[in-house]
Amino acid sequence: MISESLVDLSRLQFAITAMYHFLFVPLTLGLSFILAIMESAYVMTGKQVYQDMVKFWGKLFGINFALGVTTGLTMEFQFGTNWAYYSHYVGDIFGAPLAIEGLMAFFLESTFIGLFFFGWDRLTRVQHLMVTWLVAIGSNMSALWILIANGWMQNPVGAEFNYETMRMEMTNFSEVIFNPVAQVKFVHTVSAGYVTGAMFVLAISAYYMLKKRDLPFARRSFAIAASFGFASIISVIILGDESGYEIGDVQKTKLAAIEAEWHTQEPPADFTLIGLPNQETMETDYAVKIPGALGLIATRSLDEEVVGIKDLLQEHELRIRRGIEAYALLEKMRRGDKSDPTIAAFDALKDDLGYGLLLKKYTNNVVDATEEHIKQAAQDTIPKVAPMFWAFRIMVGLGFLMLILISLSFYYSTQHSVETKTWLLKALIIALPAPWIASEVGWFVAEFGRQPWSIAEVLPTHLSVSTRSVDDLYMSLAGFIGFYTLLLIVEMYLMIRFSRLGPSSLHTGRYHFEQTHSAGAAVAQPQQAIKDQA
Amino acid sequence: MDYESLKLIWWVLIGVLLIGFAVTDGFDMGVGALLRVIGKTDSERRVMLNTVGPHWDGNQVWFITAGGAIFAAWPVVYAVAFSGFYWALLLVLFAMFFRPVGFEYRSKMEDPRWRNAWDWGLTIGGAVPALVFGVAFGNLFLGVPFTLDEFMRSNYTGSFWALLNPFALVAGLVSLGMLAMHGATYLQMRTDGDLHERARKISILLAIVVAVLFAVAGLWIYAGIDGLVITSSINGAAAMTPLDKTVEVAAGGWLENYSRYPVMIAAPVIAFAGLLLTVLMSAANRGALAFIGSSLAVTGIICTAGFSLFPFIMPSSLNPAYSLTVWDVVSSHKTLGIMFWVAMIFVPIILLYTTWGYYKMRGRLTTAFIEDNKYSTY
Repeated sequence: MISESLVDLSRLQFAITAMYHFLFVPLTLGLSFILAIMESAYVMTGKQVYQDMVKFWGKLFGINFALGVTTGLTMEFQFGTNWAYYSHYVGDIFGAPLAIEGLMAFFLESTFIGLFFFGWDRLTRVQHLMVTWLVAIGSNMSALWILIANGWMQNPVGAEFNYETMRMEMTNFSEVIFNPVAQVKFVHTVSAGYVTGAMFVLAISAYYMLKKRDLPFARRSFAIAASFGFASIISVIILGDESGYEIGDVQKTKLAAIEAEWHTQEPPADFTLIGLPNQETMETDYAVKIPGALGLIATRSLDEEVVGIKDLLQEHELRIRRGIEAYALLEKMRRGDKSDPTIAAFDALKDDLGYGLLLKKYTNNVVDATEEHIKQAAQDTIPKVAPMFWAFRIMVGLGFLMLILISLSFYYSTQHSVETKTWLLKALIIALPAPWIASEVGWFVAEFGRQPWSIAEVLPTHLSVSTRSVDDLYMSLAGFIGFYTLLLIVEMYLMIRFSRLGPSSLHTGRYHFEQTHSAGAAVAQPQQAIKDQA
Repeated sequence: MDYESLKLIWWVLIGVLLIGFAVTDGFDMGVGALLRVIGKTDSERRVMLNTVGPHWDGNQVWFITAGGAIFAAWPVVYAVAFSGFYWALLLVLFAMFFRPVGFEYRSKMEDPRWRNAWDWGLTIGGAVPALVFGVAFGNLFLGVPFTLDEFMRSNYTGSFWALLNPFALVAGLVSLGMLAMHGATYLQMRTDGDLHERARKISILLAIVVAVLFAVAGLWIYAGIDGLVITSSINGAAAMTPLDKTVEVAAGGWLENYSRYPVMIAAPVIAFAGLLLTVLMSAANRGALAFIGSSLAVTGIICTAGFSLFPFIMPSSLNPAYSLTVWDVVSSHKTLGIMFWVAMIFVPIILLYTTWGYYKMRGRLTTAFIEDNKYSTY
């Protein structure tokens, strides 16, 4: 049997490396479009400051992008190294969007990023602008295909189990691509990336404004980021991916956990704004409720129900029992009984095979599972409610905080009075981590909430791992943590250094630390910094 | 298109992606491996890095796409090979970590210790993957200790150290040598002065070394390594798993294809011809032709390995019948068909814009150029 610690360590390694990777992804998604917008302004107006903006923010983009590429490699390898059975079981479907991502998106992004950095003197203005747009489009298409793959894990449409090859196989490619869960996730995730890019440019520009340096540069950067960010934050919130939670069983379970919806309520269901979810008693203590709101948000209707955890639990138990029968028939077929009645009986039950496989955590021989095992496996299908409930509320809270900050930034920026609002500028700097925290807890909700499945209703996480030793996992995990910590320190160091230096780092002679008339004590230290960096 | 043809086409396509990787990313890895060997001053090293600066990232996508394509088209290979060669792959991965950050961060600070540290990182990032890929290929010829259970769960019983056997190390050196040579011929095209001279000399040296090692590996297989032969009949049009066939160990099995399909002899011939061309053109100071020579050599060597193993991909030493072959590791007929069309559409488009990129950035880089543009180059 597969040891629990092997599974836990594999999960931990995936969680750490994926969440680390996603420290860099959203900024790439957002900043690439901001760069393209800035460069469009340059090509249209011909004003030098816009080109300087593209080059300076492009420098910061590059520092971030390098780590995005580095850590993305890990994700490509990890399905094979740590999740071999998963790779075998669903590679027929899951591999396709990953390969297409490479061919359609990542090639585009990576080829043109080189021309973006080094092609200024080799390309015409319009050619370079086109290159920048292609980088932005490439990185966003990349996100599309990755989220199609991820969306399929949450809601595995267009595929069917094949007992002869012992795996899932694709039956309908367009269902996989147009998976509603994937589409909703894509819009939500890239919009969150745009907000990240906007918050990044806003906060750093705010810093220059507070320091009263390079003001024309900071003002224009701020204005572009504020308008781009305003459109994006509205889209993140309105197109929040809650609407994707009524599709598919595991999504429904996730929704019930996020909202601590223990019992199915009369529609439209009340929304628990805050409270203390208690998994033991299956109640939420001290709940503050808003009548009817959950029904409205989740189902966009007044008369559809939001299924509660208790009902889901019962339903899952039934499916586990059917899954046991499906498993028994599968064993029969694998032993050579390929008669029509056996196959027909299996086909009728095979959608529940995954539920039967949940028992593998407790017994190698699924057919001999005891009542106790079945109850335990059913309990496993309900994620821990409290972390889901809180993580979701942190994400939403930060979303609204950013909505306020970005709206104010946008408003004052149109009024040309943002430089006088020092409280707003300071708040933007303090709130800089908000988009990253929101993205990370958002992913936590999506993926922790998917447990115990790696592929919803199809393949339990427990079975998905590679046959490796626990020692292998400990050692590789230690390697990742060590290497990643080092890289993060280096990245943060460069990022902070170049942010402080600002557009002076371009060495054009046009910016603050290069102006001789601004000589003074405050300049001495950054002058040194300019000499150090090349 | 029928399933059997698609299985063969995907064997070709994965080969094309791997060759695309070796011919493009191969030279920037080679440049990395040679960074400290032929780049004597900081400016020279910067010249070397900047010849590949605009391209390494796009080149690396050949590798990433090859990985994705193996996942999509050969999921069983992806599962068994990546989990089996666990430490070898992590070694490649950790070495490759140094590349994006090395290129991007190295010249952002002037401190020589900082730059020196990243130069080592870039050397590792170029040399280690090249070596490990060869070692992995070498082990395929010897068989890999894995087995499969009835539910297709794979179990690898060997250790990392067992991969480092003498034959596999020779294969590893062939791979390292050929990519370093390929980097050197690229540098001949893109540099001038002392650096160019050093690139020329080392191209000749490496081409000779690779020719000798490649011949040694061939003779070793001829004389001392048993191959495998499928003994049951294969229905290429049917869905199969690696559990559905019988296989026998046969002396000289890895050379049988060359008598069955004599046209395959072209592969080793091209490899040696490419190496000869590299030597001659480097001596004649014709950088572009030397680069064509090394590209042919790389292509010929990879094809030789693939042709010799065909139809095997990853032989099992524990249970040869469970060896992975082009017939039984593939995705479903539908997925192979869809992915075939995706590749047919996008690979030409990729080649088109990649070529445009190289065309725009063409020409020799000099140390003077680097010093004039020290804030905007790597």
